[in-house]
Amino acid sequence: MINHSLKELGHMLASKQISSVEMTQTFLDRIAKYNPSINAYIALDHDKTITQAKAADIRIANGSAEPLTGIPLAQKDIFCAKGWQTTCGSKMLANFIAPYDAHVLSQFDHAGAVNLGKTNMDEFAMGSSNETSYFGGVKNPWDFDRVPGGSSGGSAAAVAARLCAAATGTDTGGSIRQPASLCGFTGLKPTYGLVSRYGMIAFASSLDQAGPMAKSAEDCALMLNVMAGFDERDSTSLNRAKEDYTRGLVNMQGAQPLKGLRIGLPKEYFADGLDANVAKVVQAAIAEYRKLGAETVDISLPNSQLSIPVYYVLAPAEASSNLSRYDGVRYGHRAAAYDDLMDMYMKSRAEGFGAEVKRRILIGTYVLSAGYYDAYYLKAQQIRRLIADDFTQAFKQCDIIMGPTAPSTAFKAGEKADDPVAMYLQDVYTIATNLAGLPGISIPAGFSNGLPVGLQLMGNYFDEARMLDVAHAYQQVTDWHTRMPESLK
Amino acid sequence: MALNISDIKRIAHLARLEISEQEATQTLTKLTGILGLIEQMQAVDTTGITPMSHSQDVVQRLRDDVVTKTNMREAFQANAPKVGNGAAEKAVYGGLYLVSQVIE
Repeated sequence: MINHSLKELGHMLASKQISSVEMTQTFLDRIAKYNPSINAYIALDHDKTITQAKAADIRIANGSAEPLTGIPLAQKDIFCAKGWQTTCGSKMLANFIAPYDAHVLSQFDHAGAVNLGKTNMDEFAMGSSNETSYFGGVKNPWDFDRVPGGSSGGSAAAVAARLCAAATGTDTGGSIRQPASLCGFTGLKPTYGLVSRYGMIAFASSLDQAGPMAKSAEDCALMLNVMAGFDERDSTSLNRAKEDYTRGLVNMQGAQPLKGLRIGLPKEYFADGLDANVAKVVQAAIAEYRKLGAETVDISLPNSQLSIPVYYVLAPAEASSNLSRYDGVRYGHRAAAYDDLMDMYMKSRAEGFGAEVKRRILIGTYVLSAGYYDAYYLKAQQIRRLIADDFTQAFKQCDIIMGPTAPSTAFKAGEKADDPVAMYLQDVYTIATNLAGLPGISIPAGFSNGLPVGLQLMGNYFDEARMLDVAHAYQQVTDWHTRMPESLK
Repeated sequence: MALNISDIKRIAHLARLEISEQEATQTLTKLTGILGLIEQMQAVDTTGITPMSHSQDVVQRLRDDVVTKTNMREAFQANAPKVGNGAAEKAVYGGLYLVSQVIE
């Protein structure tokens, strides 16, 4: 059952082969068995979870079930969940019980999905290995010596180890797609503004976007159907008609379902810095796409190498502003001993934040400080436009862009933990789409030395449905997305 | 521009982060590396380019001037930190939050 798709699980529930309580308990049992070693979940609440499963069984019995009713999901701990400990992976919020639900969680609640628990993550989503979490690192289910990627590392490990049917993540610079690549599953970062940020603890507000992390493109489409939609409580939420992201999947049958599709291959994504074995796997996946009828076009994203410098101005700048709210007054960590109010702020923040979060606050404070704003923040926003314009030009030549998701497979824990610049380069292929606000997907494309490799698909604004079709077409003729670690079966 | 230890201390103060000598030294090395990465931007000519903050060029939505939020004071105050300085109770009093005296 743990390898079944969301659709199959839905059929099992609808046909009464299994109840939601039984299905949920199966996953809770796996969590009890494997989570002590993997550390994917940082908050579990058996009673709350089973109460939701019982409510789902009532809905299924009275015929008011929706596609995800009764399906057990893992929620990244960045989402406020009413009555649940919600920490964002930080000591600062270690005792914070969310008083309300994030929009994404209330959407899943309305859909009747079951919340299995809150998943581990890099502190305030700042990291690419899950090693900055106050609650400790997460093991990559494929190799316990390696990291799962980050920042959505707990959700990633939970999906890969089948400790949930699917999960949520957030992606500011690659935090859904890079762990999807390193753990071997399908992860989607939607167009900026498609999924409401209400109740999602802010890191860099002009880049943060929530999305699904699941075994397949079809599962991601079902998840996105629930997550996407206008919400007036997020000032950047886009007011668009609801879409059914599964609508085109059925057409991806036959010998050449992608005939006429133009795939752009940016030369900058296949240059120095890409691991040779990863490149081989990615090229093989692209060859498979040619067999499916697609043609490939060589393109260029000339400013893409500036993505990391631009991101490390904009994201810390926004983070330093967003994280100024943690002052120890109304919630969060307050120092046990202090002199005056200023001392309380200084000590509470110094004690509550970890090293990487402090570094980013300091960078952000510096680039926004008097005399430096134009040279850093404004300049970065200007180059951000150049990066977005590169994509506009590219999409005149092609329908979808493909390349690697991450420059390498999962690295060993501790390998990059003390070198922020090396860590930041993990997101070299994912950051540009965050800056441009474009959607991106990582799908499993094979293995290198026993470790998963992801293929990245980048699409035009609001093109999620087609991107999911294109990912689904590949998953109809390959089985990489069905693989799971032998030791966890 | 090269940073020095006093820059780090000044930035940390602006950010309201207490920092020890040792932390400031370590931070200087790391921040210098990160700023080296950021410096690559300076080679780009951005004359006349409009800064981009949102991909969709949306305008700020306005809402009607009516009450939309319910009072959640008790729920919010349940998350108040402990007073500190020897007092273990929550830093709330009469629906307000307690901090050190700021007016003589």
